[in-house]
Amino acid sequence: MEFDHSKPQRLLQQSARDLFARQCPPKRVRELMATDTAFNPELWSAVADQGWLGIHLPEQTGGIGLGTVELAVISEEMGRACFPGPFLGTVWAATLLAATNPHAATLQKLTTGELKGAVALLEPEGGWDLADIQLQATPVEGTYTLSGKKSFVLDAITADVLVVAARSPKGLVLVAVPASATGVKIEPTAALDATRKLADISFDNVQIDPDDVLADRKQAEEALSKSLDVVALCACAEMLGGMQWILETSAEYAKTRQQFGKTIGTFQAVQSMLADMVLWTESVRSAVYYAAWAIDADPADARRAVGIAKAYTSDASREVANRGVQVHGGIGFTWEHDLQLFYKRSKALEILTGDSAYHRAALVELVFDQA
Amino acid sequence: MDLGLTDSELKFRDELRAWLKANLPKKMVKSADNAKEYYQYLSDWQMALYKGGWAGVSWPKEYGGRGSSFIEQAIFQEEMALADAPERMGTIGQGLVGPTIIAVGTEEQKKKYLPRILSGEDIWCQGFSEPNAGSDVASLETKAVLDGDHFVINGQKIWTSYAHIAQQCLLIVRTDPAAAKHKGITALLVDMKTPGIEVSPLKMMSGDSMFNEMFFTNLRVPVSAVIGKVNEGWNVAITALANERANLGTGLYVIFKRNLDAMVDQAKRLKRGGRPVIEDPVIRQRLAQAYVDLEVFRLNTTRSLSMLNKTGAPGPEGSIQKLYWSELNQRMAQIAMEVLGPYAQLTDYDGGRWVYNYLRSRGNTIEAGTSEVQRNIIAQRVLGLPRSY
Repeated sequence: MEFDHSKPQRLLQQSARDLFARQCPPKRVRELMATDTAFNPELWSAVADQGWLGIHLPEQTGGIGLGTVELAVISEEMGRACFPGPFLGTVWAATLLAATNPHAATLQKLTTGELKGAVALLEPEGGWDLADIQLQATPVEGTYTLSGKKSFVLDAITADVLVVAARSPKGLVLVAVPASATGVKIEPTAALDATRKLADISFDNVQIDPDDVLADRKQAEEALSKSLDVVALCACAEMLGGMQWILETSAEYAKTRQQFGKTIGTFQAVQSMLADMVLWTESVRSAVYYAAWAIDADPADARRAVGIAKAYTSDASREVANRGVQVHGGIGFTWEHDLQLFYKRSKALEILTGDSAYHRAALVELVFDQA
Repeated sequence: MDLGLTDSELKFRDELRAWLKANLPKKMVKSADNAKEYYQYLSDWQMALYKGGWAGVSWPKEYGGRGSSFIEQAIFQEEMALADAPERMGTIGQGLVGPTIIAVGTEEQKKKYLPRILSGEDIWCQGFSEPNAGSDVASLETKAVLDGDHFVINGQKIWTSYAHIAQQCLLIVRTDPAAAKHKGITALLVDMKTPGIEVSPLKMMSGDSMFNEMFFTNLRVPVSAVIGKVNEGWNVAITALANERANLGTGLYVIFKRNLDAMVDQAKRLKRGGRPVIEDPVIRQRLAQAYVDLEVFRLNTTRSLSMLNKTGAPGPEGSIQKLYWSELNQRMAQIAMEVLGPYAQLTDYDGGRWVYNYLRSRGNTIEAGTSEVQRNIIAQRVLGLPRSY
């Protein structure tokens, strides 16, 4: 047993860190967040060329056949760089396609970055349970037509392919829809993390190509649940990277900023905040990498492990972000300081796939009610 | 990153499982039932572990240990928790004094003390704190003067856990009052039966007396009892404290998990508003908080042991563990109170365990280095911030 990165995983981490340091400094993030899409073709190619869009998917699907731990490594580094653009939406869509329809040509194009994806799950009510999925899928001759509205869809603005969760009279349905299909209308919504865009999507009698029906009922539920675990894990790993950035930046500031003729890092009140930030960050590291490992190596424990990670990390990341601003004082509260990027990303990730309270409620059912 | 077990680790686990199946006490005695009976229950269990070769998993074989890795130590903790095994007795000896003797003791000291720590025959206490030397323990004043081949010791220690039942004491004393405060300290391994030691129990707010005052009047301790070198006892103390922080955490998961299970059980049995308490959405959130925090503690412990396996010596991550578990236990004790409602205040409800836990846990953020000291250590040694005092 080794509860630490292997050598190849450390090398992967270093190469991701180097790539983002070169190509995705905060200045670049700020430029992109000011655009409508937060998308930059060179940055996208740099990541796609590494194969990271399919790092956890088998080679026959166009992936590079590593695992969820490696996906977490990349996600952690993306969090540390506040990487903008549709990585997560594309990985999510690819994960769902790989689980339901692994030979689709679309999947290959998503993992190579030729196409960008998004998963339309939430609806205006905003519930993360599968039971909250009510978008109407009307059965028509071996396929469906979709009518209704999706909300809060991550990376839909840039997506070429939408994977949509809908409900037919017989149960849950997963379909792929070209973003350009007739009757699909994607409208941007303004959200606090501008480095990643959210959108509402309306479906007006949209015809689904029979080849694009990915799964229904139990198979659709399972694929969606498992993909949500992967996305929640990515969110946690990104939060971890962001926490590490905030911690290091805040500690550095505490060593240089002078008040009362001393560096503020001399003051115990400041040290205490930073020490707590270490505790939260290291605890998140344990939770994230255990869950990443469990998704591949101990699937029976994956749901519980991811629930623990998302419940713990969502709170811990917010606490670290808050302390980070507090250590910085006035400058930490400005638009000018890069902390704001990580602060907002942290909040958005806290919400994604359900916050702490949501995952705690699910855990009680899983571990206490059924015990 | 591979949390799967190697063949030899699997073998270790399976042997342990088989042994537990055959040797786990049939009857569960709870701490609240009867202090004497509980003490005997734990002694018997400790002796059984020792005889089975499981008492000191990562300790050297020649001193009664198993000679296994820290990874196997982690597996051991997991299996103990899974089997709902009793807690271990003599945590100061096993968690703090033993590793210190292994690190800096002489061959003779290792042979003499280590097996009896593992068997539970010797309970140890730790004579560190004094009335004027708490968090700043290096300012201790208990004086030792050389007289032939003995030190003559006069002074006082305080907050000494288990001194009233201990056979041995790791004692630190000032042997060179002229030297700088960290330089004139010596560490001694002292037999508690030596004349000149008076132990006076201190009652805790929980009503029991786990810690004590110790008074030394012309206590004569042979020079051969020195561990490490004369006037270099501070290094010994630091080694002991680092091990205390790193190791105490590893056995605690078992105890905390038992508490949480009992708490959930209470929440299922008690009713309020005509419904089981566990159906109250606020209580559900609170129980889940305890569960999540506890499981993250388990993962932190496993990761720490995995790191320790690489580095060999506990570092400042021990302070993270100490800070984490002490505050966790306090939060859990509070959540239990919320589950129990008005029953929480009854000192004889459920054998008094919940009131006891609540009050006892208050001391967790003070003993073994206050949370403030742990945060100082983390800030200074992990982040490299300047000393604040």
